[in-house]
Amino acid sequence: MLLIHCPYCDETLPEAEFTYAGQAHVIRPEDPSGQSDDQWQEFLFIRENPKGPHYERWRHFHGCGRFFNAVRDTVSDKFLTTYKAGAPRPDLSSLTEGLK
Amino acid sequence: MNAPISSFTPSVLAESAAARVSLTAPCARMSLRARGDLAPLNTALGLTLPVRIGQRAQAGDCQALCLGPDEWMLQAPETLAPGIQAACDDVYGVLPHSLVDVSGREVTFALDGPRAVDLLTLGMPRNPDSIAVGEGRRINFDGVTVVLWRDGETAFRMDVWHSFAPHLLHLLETGVRELAAEAA
Repeated sequence: MLLIHCPYCDETLPEAEFTYAGQAHVIRPEDPSGQSDDQWQEFLFIRENPKGPHYERWRHFHGCGRFFNAVRDTVSDKFLTTYKAGAPRPDLSSLTEGLK
Repeated sequence: MNAPISSFTPSVLAESAAARVSLTAPCARMSLRARGDLAPLNTALGLTLPVRIGQRAQAGDCQALCLGPDEWMLQAPETLAPGIQAACDDVYGVLPHSLVDVSGREVTFALDGPRAVDLLTLGMPRNPDSIAVGEGRRINFDGVTVVLWRDGETAFRMDVWHSFAPHLLHLLETGVRELAAEAA
């Protein structure tokens, strides 16, 4: 079982308390009606599918209930970091430095 | 509104040498959501709302448990509920918040006995010892979201939504018997 650090509870807890919530940092356009069909399609459906570190959202469903962001390596399933929703995207090089 | 809907009544529901599960008497339960400077609510409630998730505070018979960054569960005897509601309504203009009476939503199982911690591990993925005595958490218990209050080393209270209560009670009954059989 994965252990996930909840940035709100500040505890590292079993995966069973969490739910996955898709890719992180997908920004809803300020003016949706001004979007072209292609832009709207991009926003709704087009997601990254990286082999390696992936920025994604999780929710501490059976706990504080909060959504937060995480960087998880899709190859090793290892969490590189978790951070609060709204916090800036952490720089990947600073996260992977310790792994080399 | 606060009448127990579930088929069981407040009493001991399962008991063995290892652990005991009982249903507590109904009480008032209130869900509080607020952000910003909590001072007006602290004054209204007569206690300092804890800000670290899992921490508890108590003033008289009213208990508050911090469930999330802006969320608390309050429990008090039913007679105190109107007073708490009125006191919080008074500070609404200063600090807008949400205080909802959810008394009818849940029942509380009290778990105690020498192996109460082992009983919890039947349905709880996290380590029960990560919850200190005098704290509480909202947790996953056999797939159900419950609020667990730790009152002592081997004394817990578990708030369960009505519809999940029979399912969890079956699991706890089995556990109580199993743990006793293990010792025999």
